[in-house]
Amino acid sequence: MSLQSSEQENSGAEGRPVFVLEQVSKHFPRRNVHALDRVNLTMREGRFYSVIGSSGCGKSTLLKIMAGLQPPSSGSVMLEGKPVLGPRHDIGMMFQQATLLPWRTTLENVVLPIEIRDGKSAALAAHEKAQKLLTLVGLTGFESVYPSELSGGMAQRAAICRMLISEPSVLLLDEPFSALDELTREFMNMELQRICMERKATAFLVTHSIPEAVILSDNVFVMSSRPGRFVEEIVVNLPRPRTLSMLTSPEFGELVDRIRKNLDAQSFL
Amino acid sequence: MTMQALPSGAPHTVWTEKTSWIDSVPRAVSMTLLFVAFILFWTALTWSSVVSPIILPSPAETLKQIIYVGHNLLIGDYMLTALYITLQEVFYSFLLALFLGFSLGILVGETIFGERAVMPYLVALDTMPKVAFAPIFIAWLGFGIESKVALATFIAAFPIIVGTAAGLHSADENSRMLFKTMGASRFQTLLKMKLPMGMPQFFTGLKIGTVGVMAGAITGEFLGGGKGFGELIRVASTNLNTARVFALIIFLSLIGLSLYLLVGWLQRRLVFWQKSGLLGDGF
Repeated sequence: MSLQSSEQENSGAEGRPVFVLEQVSKHFPRRNVHALDRVNLTMREGRFYSVIGSSGCGKSTLLKIMAGLQPPSSGSVMLEGKPVLGPRHDIGMMFQQATLLPWRTTLENVVLPIEIRDGKSAALAAHEKAQKLLTLVGLTGFESVYPSELSGGMAQRAAICRMLISEPSVLLLDEPFSALDELTREFMNMELQRICMERKATAFLVTHSIPEAVILSDNVFVMSSRPGRFVEEIVVNLPRPRTLSMLTSPEFGELVDRIRKNLDAQSFL
Repeated sequence: MTMQALPSGAPHTVWTEKTSWIDSVPRAVSMTLLFVAFILFWTALTWSSVVSPIILPSPAETLKQIIYVGHNLLIGDYMLTALYITLQEVFYSFLLALFLGFSLGILVGETIFGERAVMPYLVALDTMPKVAFAPIFIAWLGFGIESKVALATFIAAFPIIVGTAAGLHSADENSRMLFKTMGASRFQTLLKMKLPMGMPQFFTGLKIGTVGVMAGAITGEFLGGGKGFGELIRVASTNLNTARVFALIIFLSLIGLSLYLLVGWLQRRLVFWQKSGLLGDGF
């Protein structure tokens, strides 16, 4: 109920809250590491969020907790009003590696989540839908090709389709294009924006790249390390659709500067 | 240092990468040459009478015996009966080792209980000289093919266990995470990801096991009064008919090779996505 009041306070917020984290902490007692310290996050429908921080600041731990792969030490994680108590079908996830199964064709890889959830016949029935997704990401004609014949960028496109096929409420992106070369990466970021806009997706991106975070996001969180907490939230008000030419605009530079200052303020040791 | 201009005017700009001549010989030629060299060396050794023909028969004598054994097999004489017995031993122990190795491999590779509690015992068993168990198998199972099958299975199962377990462990962290996020059950993860992912290691184990099956069956016959090819070898050797021994070994190796090739063929069918260069067995 308190969410509705905060909605009016925050100028950049609109739409229904999809993913709500309250006071989420993670403590690894064995190593005595406070990976996360009272993290609060409200993700609203159709918005793109990023978290940026140095290596080992707890970004991955946060993502794993959001995905239900790890329990938090304290705090609550709610997706669509229901607590996340393990992996859920309404969460779509993407990793640094495409992680396509080499013995399955592109199409078979895309329908894998359906096959896991509802069985073989459901997966077969989802072929048409997978086909449409492959068209959306520009992979028409590569349906029956094995992953070994796909380039890095194409493999990640297929991974996008696999993430989208189960129509998740939220997309969790763990440095999805960081293994690609710079040119492909910029291009894939624009593709990701197009896909997210077309499907009004709610997304959460973990990244090391400030420009990537700014060009894609509506809200960028800067994270400090040990303990991992959000030290700054930056609202990006650049118009959509964003283009690569914005990378050199003064507004963009200003935002990048602001984030970099926040990152510089904390130790990288 | 001053650079001297080439007399022809323009310098050479086009060049080719050099390959060693020995690597550029066609396979058929190089394999034939090696074989011929081997036979020539063998012939020279026997002609020079450095070694007695009882110890090393001449290639011609060996060929004569190969034809004799081949003829005997073709007309269905006693050697065919012996071959049939050995083939049975190989066939049953191959299937048993495959079944035992695969299921124990899954137990060890998939469960923490298996890895922690079962594996140490398996390793302890594996380090024992398995041939020493032959008398025990004979005492338990008698002089028939059962004791030979037991020994061959015992020898062949371990590499298959290790291969299967290593294969299950080969699944990378990302794939495991992917299956977790998709909400896959443990069985689904095993069936749709870990097992296919581990097929290359499984087949490596299976190939070693195939060799073990042959060794186990023949050793079993040597030690336990078998009626198969191993026994024929033992008899020929007692009669100092070394050429016959060589001929029988060649036929045995043909069985082993066919089994190995069959497994390799299966591997290429099932693990079609693996780059064939990684098989590393020359086939």
